[in-house]
Amino acid sequence: MEDNKKEIINNAANTEDVITSNMDETAVQSGAGEAVAVAVAAGEAKAEKKAENKGEFISDNVRIVSPMKLVLKRFFRSRLSVVGLVMFLAVVVFSFLGPVFISWEEDEIDRSQSQRTFYEFSYYTEIDENGNEFSYYTSSINRPDNLNIHAQAFTYGVNKYGKKALHVFGTDGTGYDIFVRLMYGGRLSLMLSFLVVLVYTLIGVIMGGLAGYFGGWVDMIIMRLVDILNCLPSLPIMLIIGAFFDNSGMDEGIRVYFMMGVLTLMSWSGTTRLVRGQILSLREQEYMVATDALGFSPWRKIFKHLVPNVMPQLIVSMTLGLGGTILTEASLSFLNLGAPGTVASLGRMVNAAKEPTVLANYVLDWLPAGVIIILAVVAFNFIGDGLRDALDPRMKR
Amino acid sequence: MVKYIIKRVLYSILILLLVSVLLYLIMRIMPSDYVEKTLLDKLNTGVITEADMLHQKELYGIADSSFLGIMKGYWSWFTGALRGELGMSFKFQQPVGEVIADHMWISFGIAMAAFVFQFIIAIPLGIKAATNQYGAVDYATSILAMIGISLPSFFLAYLLLRVFSVELGWLPLQGIKEGDVNGFDFGDLIWHMILPMATIIIGSIGGLMRHTRTNTLEVLNQDYVRTARAKGLSERKVVYKHVFRNTMVPIVTMTAGIIPGLFGGMMILEDVFAIDGIGRIAYQALQVCDIPLVMGYNMFIAILSVLGTLLSDLTYMLVDPRIKISK
Repeated sequence: MEDNKKEIINNAANTEDVITSNMDETAVQSGAGEAVAVAVAAGEAKAEKKAENKGEFISDNVRIVSPMKLVLKRFFRSRLSVVGLVMFLAVVVFSFLGPVFISWEEDEIDRSQSQRTFYEFSYYTEIDENGNEFSYYTSSINRPDNLNIHAQAFTYGVNKYGKKALHVFGTDGTGYDIFVRLMYGGRLSLMLSFLVVLVYTLIGVIMGGLAGYFGGWVDMIIMRLVDILNCLPSLPIMLIIGAFFDNSGMDEGIRVYFMMGVLTLMSWSGTTRLVRGQILSLREQEYMVATDALGFSPWRKIFKHLVPNVMPQLIVSMTLGLGGTILTEASLSFLNLGAPGTVASLGRMVNAAKEPTVLANYVLDWLPAGVIIILAVVAFNFIGDGLRDALDPRMKR
Repeated sequence: MVKYIIKRVLYSILILLLVSVLLYLIMRIMPSDYVEKTLLDKLNTGVITEADMLHQKELYGIADSSFLGIMKGYWSWFTGALRGELGMSFKFQQPVGEVIADHMWISFGIAMAAFVFQFIIAIPLGIKAATNQYGAVDYATSILAMIGISLPSFFLAYLLLRVFSVELGWLPLQGIKEGDVNGFDFGDLIWHMILPMATIIIGSIGGLMRHTRTNTLEVLNQDYVRTARAKGLSERKVVYKHVFRNTMVPIVTMTAGIIPGLFGGMMILEDVFAIDGIGRIAYQALQVCDIPLVMGYNMFIAILSVLGTLLSDLTYMLVDPRIKISK
């Protein structure tokens, strides 16, 4: 209660400031749509009191709800977006905090005695001199003693300090711990996608802002660039460039960042279109005339007065873009174009299912990785959807 | 209108030209090429010499990698393409046009069938969800749609394979026909196509369903729907006669936009299911830097996507007379 009051007083003070001094900011603020939403708390007895000592506290009968709070309220009202948020937090906690509690490393191979025996069956037929057909069945039994591969779930292995360690989901065909790889893979996926989306949104905002504000030949060039990018089939291009890095002898650990860079360069067109379209309509509004009259630089007009108004749509497109980027990153690493083999990545883990034996017998090798991908992508899609509804000012409060 | 179309077509041609230059440049500035990829083993074991390699490269027309050489190579590709000759595929030793035509139809068949099914399933469900907004059907379909959109196609493919081929043994694992089938057997083909088609349908049905739902909701709020209800029409008639037709407007235009998807094939899926469609062929060509085939395939897709956008814009104007061309 106390905090609330303080905030409201601050708000009130700010309003006064704006009215008296910063003429330019007022123009901008009012143009910015719902800058401050004021909700009158009706039926409060304090209304009369306020009439007596006027101007003391607006807060006495007026409840000021910031737009942020309204958005949050609408966001949390939708069940699906809360589910999305919980899923996202679960993935984040699992992949960022998980490794802290587990004493197994990402690229650590279990070199203890194998707990699984591998049988290989083969048979051949022979016909003897009497014309009788004989089938011979042979089986070879193999139990590698220095590699604990395809260990079952909830079995113990020996880590590099010679201590017993639990393999929650067992080990994969190389001897890596699947559960640990899932954590590191999820972490890599999330970090790369955040990076890619942030950078391409930045490029998109700058390009779209320039194109929308200046129009004319600037717009022409940028939009033709966007058209070209839309025409380029992105997966083939990524494959070609992946092959390029394969042959250039580049360190695989660095390659993944280059691939993400290329992905970034190919994905900014959507954001550019979005920003440009919004700015085309925004720049006709009155408050832009005010900024003209005040003689602001184009830079300030675009990035301080136009772009913030596109923010709601940008946030939504970024959230949905995160889901899409995780999918693309997974596809790339599925095609072995992502992170190197020692680094865990979810797409590559699913790729293990290419082996028919793994597909049939070792479900834990590839299934959980796919589930983590789906969880992350569904989470971002739910959150994005919820945000879109919450940020839309036309929605009922 | 005619002027607008001509302008759009000219723009498209310019864009396609730039795309082709860009693609060719990317292909040629690779540090490796087809000859090196295929003959490097032989060079290392001493079967052939450096000079032989160079000679091979000259035969393929990829020896000169200076800027001028690349431009010359582009020019010869370009003039050939204008005459309709896309060159010989390095890998398949067949004219590119033939390679594409040979493998296109299986991809097209799968995509087309999947597309039809998608429509049959998604549109009624979308309308149902919109008429029961916030009801059980609405929640169920939107959650399913969301999960479908979020599924990585390759993972879904393996999941379906694991369940229906490995576990239950109902459906075949890979390929498009059984080993003991001679010639063409339609039933066998369909049997092999079920899983690939299911993968495509599950993955893409969500988008269409959500699209239908949003459009229907929008139309349901129109005044004429209230009028229709006020004059006492049954709810069934209102939804399926008055609302449905107007819902179809944006969906019809959307169909024009999926043309590249129909012909382009699915690189990853065709690889997983071992279907020799155009996507898998292109994937193999990409891995060995088969320049003519990669150029041919990518330009094919680029032309289709330009055509798709153009067609969807034009049909939009045709079906919705309110839309005017703005300068």
